[in-house]
Amino acid sequence: MPRYVLMRLIQGVVTVWFIATATFFVMHNIPGDPLQNEKAVSEEIQKNLEAKYGFDKKVVVQYGIYMWNMVRGDFGLSFKHENRPVNQMILERFPVSAILGILAIVIAGLGGVLWGALTALYRNRWPDVVIIILVILGISVPSFVFATVGQLGIVVANRVVGFEILPVAGWGTIWHMLVPALVLGLGTMAFLTRLMRTSMLEIVNADYIRTARSKGVPIAQIFAKHQFRNAILPVVTVLGPSIAAITTGGFVVENVFAIPGLGRTFVEAVQQSDYTLIMGTTVFYGAFLVLMVIVVDIVYAFIDPRVRLQ
Amino acid sequence: MTDAIRRPKSSVNTSSVWQLLKYALFAMLLMSVLLVCLHIVTLRLEIGSESNAAVDFAKNSITLNLGSEPPQLDSTRSTDMVSGQVLGHVMEGLIRYGPNNEILPGIAESWEVTEQSSTFHLRKDAVWSNGAPVTADDFVFAWQTALNPETASQYAFILYPIKNGEAINTGTASVEDLGARAIDDYTLHVELEQPTPYFIKLLAFFTYLPINREFYESREGKYGTNAEDLIYNGPFVISKWQHGSSLRLDKNADYWDEEDIQLDTIEFAYILSDPNAILNLFATEKIVLAGLQAENIERALANRWRIKEHVDGSVFYLGFNHRDDRPTSNRNFRKAIQAVCDPEELVYKVLKTPGNRPGASIFPVWLRGVNGYFRDEYPAPKHVPNIELAQEYLTRALNELGLTSPPQLVFLTGDSEFSTKHAEYYQSLFKENLGIEVRIDQQIFQQRLAKMTSGDYDIVAAGWGPDYDDVLTFGDLFTSWNANNRGLFKNDELDRNVQIAQQSSDARTRMEAMDRVQQILYDEAAIIFEYERGSNYVADDRVQGVTRRVVGTDPDFTRAYIVEPNTK
Repeated sequence: MPRYVLMRLIQGVVTVWFIATATFFVMHNIPGDPLQNEKAVSEEIQKNLEAKYGFDKKVVVQYGIYMWNMVRGDFGLSFKHENRPVNQMILERFPVSAILGILAIVIAGLGGVLWGALTALYRNRWPDVVIIILVILGISVPSFVFATVGQLGIVVANRVVGFEILPVAGWGTIWHMLVPALVLGLGTMAFLTRLMRTSMLEIVNADYIRTARSKGVPIAQIFAKHQFRNAILPVVTVLGPSIAAITTGGFVVENVFAIPGLGRTFVEAVQQSDYTLIMGTTVFYGAFLVLMVIVVDIVYAFIDPRVRLQ
Repeated sequence: MTDAIRRPKSSVNTSSVWQLLKYALFAMLLMSVLLVCLHIVTLRLEIGSESNAAVDFAKNSITLNLGSEPPQLDSTRSTDMVSGQVLGHVMEGLIRYGPNNEILPGIAESWEVTEQSSTFHLRKDAVWSNGAPVTADDFVFAWQTALNPETASQYAFILYPIKNGEAINTGTASVEDLGARAIDDYTLHVELEQPTPYFIKLLAFFTYLPINREFYESREGKYGTNAEDLIYNGPFVISKWQHGSSLRLDKNADYWDEEDIQLDTIEFAYILSDPNAILNLFATEKIVLAGLQAENIERALANRWRIKEHVDGSVFYLGFNHRDDRPTSNRNFRKAIQAVCDPEELVYKVLKTPGNRPGASIFPVWLRGVNGYFRDEYPAPKHVPNIELAQEYLTRALNELGLTSPPQLVFLTGDSEFSTKHAEYYQSLFKENLGIEVRIDQQIFQQRLAKMTSGDYDIVAAGWGPDYDDVLTFGDLFTSWNANNRGLFKNDELDRNVQIAQQSSDARTRMEAMDRVQQILYDEAAIIFEYERGSNYVADDRVQGVTRRVVGTDPDFTRAYIVEPNTK
């Protein structure tokens, strides 16, 4: 087991290195220049700017410097937010995205498993049909629609009740998080519901269920001990990438609900060609995603003994 | 036995559902615990905004939205409007603009102006928020810093009227050579490079704001990055700045004109750019002012809110690429395109949002001329769309270019929905009337600028906003030496006239020169005038004394006050 973990970690480091390298060179080769500004500046100033950010050196040299700094944990200074360290910006904003993400993933995970199990129990009857229609909606409608509708919902609800039930936007208390987290988790919840349903129905026909039935185990116990627990396994597998997708994909929600998270910072950095901030957030997110996948793999090994044998 | 096996597949087993319900209850319990934990963590992190009402009578405070996070608040490096808005509330320069854009004394109590120099007498009761007096040296230091090539300030050019300003900025003189000197703590003498009749008006711009030398140096390169890395000499101080989330301004008790400041707190509780979300905040009385865009103006109308208009001062136009290898370098070709363009159709039938005004000149209508408005005194060239004339021009152009059919053009524009609609209008206009094919090239801002600078386009959708209150802020845009002239338009007569306006101190001579400029730009079809932008917004009536400006802090809440709802 420790060897397995070590191997996975080494693989992870290589993956992150690859992400960083690819991002660095792609970024330097797409059109657009972070030092371009609406007001044109004199050649001397342009040269000074280039020297300040090391643009006067060859790209390979820049890459070397960047990698060396990154290994030491320094992502450099932001281009747009002059004199602000990227490390500090990530440190400020990631906790917000993480809190929102945790809440969203828990809502999505618990909801997905419960709805999925329910649809499987009521297979082909009306609760199944209703939930599956909602699932299709949840998967196909983009999150900015949910975000807009969700916020409008709060506005209308507040007006109908006559006092503030939930704040329209902003951050700082639990009440600010509820609707954004729900909106953020909706797509994943729909996806997990479908996954859980398929997995439940698959297991109904498994040998061990038939064995359990034939030896007379009560149905509720079969459901709880064999079917439900085994059906969750595939859900756990996709949870890792889902966690990463949710914590990184919060841009739209963060934008509509004025949440000071990292997703928003990331997209703004791309729009402004803020090289260091793009690199910092990409590498950070990349490392986070890789770590999540590894964690889930290890957890999986604990849940499913068959994995441990390999 | 066979029955027992088949049953669970086809029918629902209630005991399983009960089991599931138990799980659901357990899940709810888990959720509640998690919510409480996250709540505690969030409070501990202290990130976020106070959820105040838009107008709080008890606290004498108002709440606002900020369109984006100020990148930093070092006035020598600031470039954007949001930074300008915040700086305008917490800092004060030598002069300030009054409610009708008149020049009022700021840190300077009085001043004497000659053609080549000015002397400012600073008030002795102006202090920084750390207690240090605001002295003449603070101005000299700030200007030297902005001009120092190492600072690489984008707005350094606005200090060029000061003697040796440009030389310092281009590295041919040292900062000590700057023509601004502190005669004593409260007397500032400024020598000018050449007569600059609008110099006094420049002084309200943020690059001209003072900076306390000692404090700046004590921050070791972090000046302006956080609330505690700044000191203030304006009506308000930043008491809290949570990056990406909120900014709180409290009244500055040490401000010299403290009696005139009525609000105790201005809370920028949200940093939000989504127009619908901003309007939602306004609808629930969370913010006092919300800008309206084409997509949500209907909603404001439906709610019967009083929609206010504000001319933001910018001029929008189509810029041509005048580089020799482009068809748009041919005058007849440009004239052909000019002749089919109709700014009135664009404004009233395509853009349709109220407030915009058909463009007719590079000089917008609000600019001052000799006595009244420039455009009243020197009317813009009259433009009447004429398709036949356009086709004549095109035939001539094709002959000169040695082409048999019109070339395909690249139309460079932004990546917004608005840009798409706008570009498609021209695409069909040029196709139908001139048979010119247009390829639309949509790019994000930085890439658009890069392509403009390298000349990778034929026509670009562009705009220009004023930096100071004088005709030259627009007038010198198409001179051969202006680096913002990215289409490389070159006309000797235009260059000469701009030089006249820069050097003369006689208003009439200057305005006549500028009249020639607007005429040349039209005759040569250097650019195509599109529209002057107007914006619409809704505002809470309980807040009065708010000033909207074309140049300077906008919107300006420094001297705003709250009135009771029924007494307005």
